[in-house]
Amino acid sequence: MALGGAEALMMRLQLAGPNLSLLTPAEYNQLFSTHGMTMIFLYASPVLSGFSNYLWPLLLGSRDMAFPRLNALSYWIYLASGLFLYAGFVTGNGPNDGWFNYVPYASRDYSPGLNQDFYALGMVFLGISTTVGAANFIVTAFRTRAPGMSINRLPILVWGTLTASVANLVVVPAVSLAFFLLWMDRQFGTQFFNPAGGGQPLLWQHLFWIFGHPWVYAIVLPAMGMVSDGLPVFCRRPLVGYSLVALSTVATMIFGFGVWVHHMFATGLPGLGLAFFSGASIAIVVPSAVAVFAWIATIRLGRPVVTTAFLFFSSMILLFVIGGVSGFMTASVPVDWQLTDTYFVVAHLHYVLIGINVFPVVGATYFWFPKMTGRLLDERLGRWNFWTMFIGFNLAFLPMHLTGLLGMPRRVYTYGDYGGWGTLNLITSIGSFVFAAGVLLLFINVIKSRKNGALAGKNPWDAPTLEWSVPSPPPAYNFAVIPTVASRYPLWETRLGGEGGLSSLDRGMMLDQGKETVGTSALDAEPDMVLEMPSDSVAPFLLTVGLSALFVGLLLKVWVLAGIGAAIALLAVLAWLWPSTDLREREPTHD
Amino acid sequence: MIETVIAAPLNLPVGPIRRHGIGWWGAGTLIASEGALFAYLLFAYYYTGATAPRGWLLEPSPPLTLALPNTVLLLLSSLVAWWGEQGVLKGARARALLGFGGAALMGSAFAVVQWLEWRSKSYGIGTSSYASLYFVTTGFHMAHVLLGIAVLIAIFAWTALDYFSPRRRLVVSAGVLYWHFVDAVWLFVFTTYYLTPYLGFGR
Repeated sequence: MALGGAEALMMRLQLAGPNLSLLTPAEYNQLFSTHGMTMIFLYASPVLSGFSNYLWPLLLGSRDMAFPRLNALSYWIYLASGLFLYAGFVTGNGPNDGWFNYVPYASRDYSPGLNQDFYALGMVFLGISTTVGAANFIVTAFRTRAPGMSINRLPILVWGTLTASVANLVVVPAVSLAFFLLWMDRQFGTQFFNPAGGGQPLLWQHLFWIFGHPWVYAIVLPAMGMVSDGLPVFCRRPLVGYSLVALSTVATMIFGFGVWVHHMFATGLPGLGLAFFSGASIAIVVPSAVAVFAWIATIRLGRPVVTTAFLFFSSMILLFVIGGVSGFMTASVPVDWQLTDTYFVVAHLHYVLIGINVFPVVGATYFWFPKMTGRLLDERLGRWNFWTMFIGFNLAFLPMHLTGLLGMPRRVYTYGDYGGWGTLNLITSIGSFVFAAGVLLLFINVIKSRKNGALAGKNPWDAPTLEWSVPSPPPAYNFAVIPTVASRYPLWETRLGGEGGLSSLDRGMMLDQGKETVGTSALDAEPDMVLEMPSDSVAPFLLTVGLSALFVGLLLKVWVLAGIGAAIALLAVLAWLWPSTDLREREPTHD
Repeated sequence: MIETVIAAPLNLPVGPIRRHGIGWWGAGTLIASEGALFAYLLFAYYYTGATAPRGWLLEPSPPLTLALPNTVLLLLSSLVAWWGEQGVLKGARARALLGFGGAALMGSAFAVVQWLEWRSKSYGIGTSSYASLYFVTTGFHMAHVLLGIAVLIAIFAWTALDYFSPRRRLVVSAGVLYWHFVDAVWLFVFTTYYLTPYLGFGR
């Protein structure tokens, strides 16, 4: 994220005034493409997966994720593919045709270097990490919850990440395939995207956005879940409209599968198609608005305690509304024709991604940092942190709507001094540095408070969910006794009253023979089996080493290296899946 | 609920029993994701074909002499693998080995015939978008066949080592499920590339 931010600052320096020449056009192309790639693929989704991987077992009252080794694999591949992608950038071969990389710009005739091959293979590689991570979330959500945590008692963060994971599982193959076909076109003379050979350039855009739009929701729904779970804690009351918010999370994604063409309104597709996708894109406002009104009602009906986390969570509502309205505007075909490829779209997407991803994530850091480290972040510095980021962000991106309305095109390395573009760009550049200073304050706060922060104890916020019932930081096994849950808010039951029994946090299954947790049924979370969890294993790391060699071999066309890599990967999978007595995958008596 | 749960752990099965275990769910997610991959491959075919000018198909009437029997062979191998799995369920190890070995051999025969089919084509992968789609889609499927054969060999070996019982056999069922997937997805590829031209698509 820091790297992506630095790239943005370089661009903002270049764009601070008209006709500057800090960067060459080619450098600028690589910078904006790498900035997009980094922020969208290497920051926005992984940061949410990181939070969820850490928090899920605690939220769900479980000892671990369903597949701990898959979790490790997801991390190692993320690291290896990130290094792979950045190896391209530091050798001057970063992506340079925008993060969505349209053909024919990206085809070999117009981009002869290795830039696109780094990007294409790196994205296929990264896709493996996302997919196995998603599979792990899905199985964890359905199979390893605390007994009694039926599906209507899940924290909303779990709903968000679960929905995002289901989407990722089925849409990531679209983009992996698109990048694979691009690589084939570039290196093996296939004709997928080449009109001269009967190919269809728009196929790239379809495959990319069939993935790309659900992905947008995949990187905001878990963050919205953070707000839905965190905000009520500081409002001292349960979330208003839990069921509606949970359902609207799922509904957003269902709509989200059917709106991808709104990224392609200006490509000359038939009018009926545009009408359908425009309608769907407008209708998707409804489930989003349900969540917004639920949050506002929660604040209105609660007794808000203003902390830094509360400020980040509640300001997200405002930024979401601004980003949502500009999205709603561009969902309309004629408005989109006017605004597409201008800075209006850049302003919109930053309101969405920073507003609904970064602000909740920083809020979540303030909220869950004490759980992770046992120490609170500094509140005083936190206020400075919030206001610097909030003012800097709006200073940078609110005027950018106007820049777009005045017609300034995006992705151009410089511009002439027309109609006030210069002043607006200068304001944006200043705002971007203020925002960056705010992010820096967060890093300072984290470093400072890790050692010297106030001790948090189990439950510094008096929050209602299971993660706050264990010590901070939690022990490796999370829960000594598997809790049994009787409501959505196990730690608030005595004061909320209500029907049904009380949750049991200190009496329950011990499962103290080796690494074990309980498996529960998918909907009602009735316990139905004891799961044996695997010990530490080198297989995920070996598999990553094998795949890294495979992808480097493919990139450089060193087929021997690719073959060795594939062989290592296969052996690692074989070792991984070898039926083990410890996991009770085979009969010990049959040895 | 709570009292019964607290009393329950003694009665819960430990580890995967029959198909009941998280490994089954893991196999399900893998298949869902790979199924989606083939959906996008077929989408690429139909989208490119639907927007191409007339005469896009290089073979308006694709020959079925190899492809049709080969398809039947692959489907039968699914049946044989299932028959082997039933062997594990009944504790009949010889039958199980025959089933998994037979399915692996039939899968290998399918791969050889498919390779002959590729060789018989008059066009190469770079001839046109149709040719690229044909070779890459069937190539993706071939990769899955080879992986599926590796899976069958693994469960053949593990059965030979006497690892399984009618209760502890989730690995076998997950492996056979994957083979069913490889075969089922071929039906979609086959229908798309070999049958829809006879219905007039892409001519």
